[in-house]
Amino acid sequence: MSKSFIAILSAALILIAAQAAVAIEIKEVTSGKGIKAWLVEDHTNPIITVNIAFRGGSALDPVGKEGLANLISATLDEGAGDIKSQEFQQKLEDLAISLSFNSRLDSFSGSMRTLKKNQVTAFNLLRLALTKPRFDSEPVERIRSQIIANIRRQSENPRRIARRTLFTKLFPGHPYGRPSNGTEESVQIIKLADLRFFVAQRFARDNLVVSVVGDITAADLKQQLDQTFGALPEKASPWDVPEISPDDKKQTIVVDKAIPQSIITFAQPGIKRDHPDFFPAYVMNYVLGGGGFESRLYEEVREKRGLAYSAYSYLAPLDHAGIIIGGAGTANARTGETVKVLRDEWSKMNKSGLTQTELKDAKTYLTGSYPLRFSSSGRIARMITAIQLEKLGLSYIKKRNGYIEAVTLEDVNRVAAKLLDPAKITMVIVGQPKGVTSTPQ
Amino acid sequence: MNYFKKAVVKQAALTAVLFLTAPQFVQAGVFNPETFTLKNGMQVVVISNHRAPIVRHMVWYKVGAADEPRGKSGIAHFFEHLMFKKTKTLKSGEFSKIVARNGGRDNAFTSHDYTGYHQSISVDRLETVMKLEADRMRNLIFEDNQIEPERQVVLEERRSRTDNSPGAKLGEQMNAAMFLNYPYHDPVIGWEHEIRGLTKADLKKFYDKWYRPNNAILVVAGDITAKQLRPLAEKIYGVIPAGKPSKRLRTEEPPHNAAIRVTLRDRRVRQPSIRRRYLAPSLQFGESKHVYPLEVLAQVFGGGTTSTLYRSLVVKQNLAVSAGAFYDGDNMGPSSFGFFASPRPGVSIEDLEAALDKEITLLLENGVTASNVARAKNTMLAEAIYARDSVGGGARVIGSALAAGQTIADVEEWPERIGKVTAEQLNQAAKAVLIEKNSITGLLLPKKRNGS
Repeated sequence: MSKSFIAILSAALILIAAQAAVAIEIKEVTSGKGIKAWLVEDHTNPIITVNIAFRGGSALDPVGKEGLANLISATLDEGAGDIKSQEFQQKLEDLAISLSFNSRLDSFSGSMRTLKKNQVTAFNLLRLALTKPRFDSEPVERIRSQIIANIRRQSENPRRIARRTLFTKLFPGHPYGRPSNGTEESVQIIKLADLRFFVAQRFARDNLVVSVVGDITAADLKQQLDQTFGALPEKASPWDVPEISPDDKKQTIVVDKAIPQSIITFAQPGIKRDHPDFFPAYVMNYVLGGGGFESRLYEEVREKRGLAYSAYSYLAPLDHAGIIIGGAGTANARTGETVKVLRDEWSKMNKSGLTQTELKDAKTYLTGSYPLRFSSSGRIARMITAIQLEKLGLSYIKKRNGYIEAVTLEDVNRVAAKLLDPAKITMVIVGQPKGVTSTPQ
Repeated sequence: MNYFKKAVVKQAALTAVLFLTAPQFVQAGVFNPETFTLKNGMQVVVISNHRAPIVRHMVWYKVGAADEPRGKSGIAHFFEHLMFKKTKTLKSGEFSKIVARNGGRDNAFTSHDYTGYHQSISVDRLETVMKLEADRMRNLIFEDNQIEPERQVVLEERRSRTDNSPGAKLGEQMNAAMFLNYPYHDPVIGWEHEIRGLTKADLKKFYDKWYRPNNAILVVAGDITAKQLRPLAEKIYGVIPAGKPSKRLRTEEPPHNAAIRVTLRDRRVRQPSIRRRYLAPSLQFGESKHVYPLEVLAQVFGGGTTSTLYRSLVVKQNLAVSAGAFYDGDNMGPSSFGFFASPRPGVSIEDLEAALDKEITLLLENGVTASNVARAKNTMLAEAIYARDSVGGGARVIGSALAAGQTIADVEEWPERIGKVTAEQLNQAAKAVLIEKNSITGLLLPKKRNGS
């Protein structure tokens, strides 16, 4: 048996993944009142999935009231209109409607999922949550205590400490450097008036994007859009988050915690999503530390040396800054060695770039695996919301693999040479690492 | 990124599956799979879902951490890592590289009851991953220079999942204390000293005993039908010779005679919590008639923000920031019915535990109302329709059920069986299970200061 396998598997190696088509069609629907939504109609199952987002997120929390957007995301579904908290939750539960909200640095999002037969009620609950949240004191205080408990729980989580410290160092004095879920103190002093003010200022039609997937027609959706979002104010209050270049002074910060495994997290300046070099950088990162079991970091840190369970890197493009983040977790005694390998790989990519084979393999993976992202309604809805937020256009999904294919070895190596720089890495290590020198603060 | 995303903490992992399992409303069946068996005994299941031209291909082995020889804890999981290494035809790591070059993703996971390997890929590349998976079923090569670095990776995985986290360490201690003799006693990832002691001969023996087509199940979900899959399955998997059947011998759990308390104190705990678990039946262990009533009970009493427990401890009494119940009857071996809660600031863990005990007593004395049971059932049954939405979801649910010794009917008839559950059955199940001597209470607490 094994002989025939050799032949077959070698054949598999040289196959170029066919451009498996993404079999979804997105329609842009505009309601009578001019509210737009992207719709992927699918009548296979009697399910409707809705994803919405408002531009502007936790980066807009007032100084000293960090965690405001996060607190709102957890209280919008705790009573709205005439329906009080427990009654609201019971309605969701009884009709098996899921409704949840989430704040990120640059956006505030919501998702709703319902069975077709409960469509009208579901959209109505979404409308009430967005336009008439009650913010009664019992649920707000309850949720506030849950958030504070969670902040306490996370305050000793090494990964969270590492990330928090990293962002503080990268973005000093900028909203991105503040804790987006807040601190015990900041969450404590947020007032009901702050919640109401935020909703009035931030939820509007001009910063809203809507994505709908499932068992609903365009005509039906138009009605729902007006009914659900028609009462939102036309314009959100203007906001300004300054552009920022992340700190690049090559710091290493050790946060001493008595744990057996050191958590290493690091970052250096990167590029934003709208940068013309985004795709070359994306392909480069796949080879460096983005590919699951194929990346160089995985190969060098885990596969060859057994230094860590995971070693990774990724591009983190924010609206007002770009960064490249990397990390690994290793026994305290082996931290020095692991850090050296990570830095060496960074340098190597910077100096030599990719090989032609690596580029080819990266492209076949990145293009061939794109359809896998469309495996459920929820994933499709989230993805087309992100495409709308980034203003990539209705035809992006069809064009995207072409952008990857267009990346040349010259492009990607030019970007690696320009972008990656071990001397610009800010590194945070949580644990009791050996073989690491921290920068005097 | 991780080889086994699910299952190191069995209980936590399977709670999630419970909801996925949740099948549909009135029409028969949940995923409506097709199934057939190859000549060598390998079962094949196909779940058609044509929303995208992709498939999830999974091979499940009916072996998990609870089937390990004594003293060899962690071998099932360690071995799972080695499946990505060298074979007679492939270099180490090449498996995943080939999958990636074909635009696919792959991973694997290990639980107490099963081990699974899976790839998601464009349907026109299905044959390629089938050949790869069939290859490593029998052609793995064991070499020290593969095993030793991977042992370090597994130890790092253990540090990352367990040793770095006080909550995970408490969970591990509770499992070990709770299961007196049943092999769920040992953690899936293994005890550190036993991971260090596993030898090449142990691993080879494990492979030869369990990695056989007659101990495996092929599940393919996505843009394919049984008619299309059958010839491929026969050609690729059907030709692998069957091995000597291996029986899963598991030591039995004796009756419990004393309630157990486990307390973990750690300087790093800033938010205390309590967990309580009662030894409970599963579909294949003990009084299985209680399984479906217990699933509904977990929903009524502790499933979310409208449940009895949340309403009382979190909303009305202001004692807790979180409170809930969990149960999963899909284990091969004994299961547990559990509760969790975490106090609001200023509330002592003693007061919270007393309040939890009172709620349990009230449940036993007063029972549940028929209307609450009807509501909970309705919510659970709606989850069934949602479960059919994703391309690969059904593969996971059906694969785990079959690999743990259940039948397709157990999954497909789930809505019907849940639909028949009555309030009276819930009350009987609660009385049969919530017995103090069968309980374990775990406390996660901050370290006491010196002198106190």
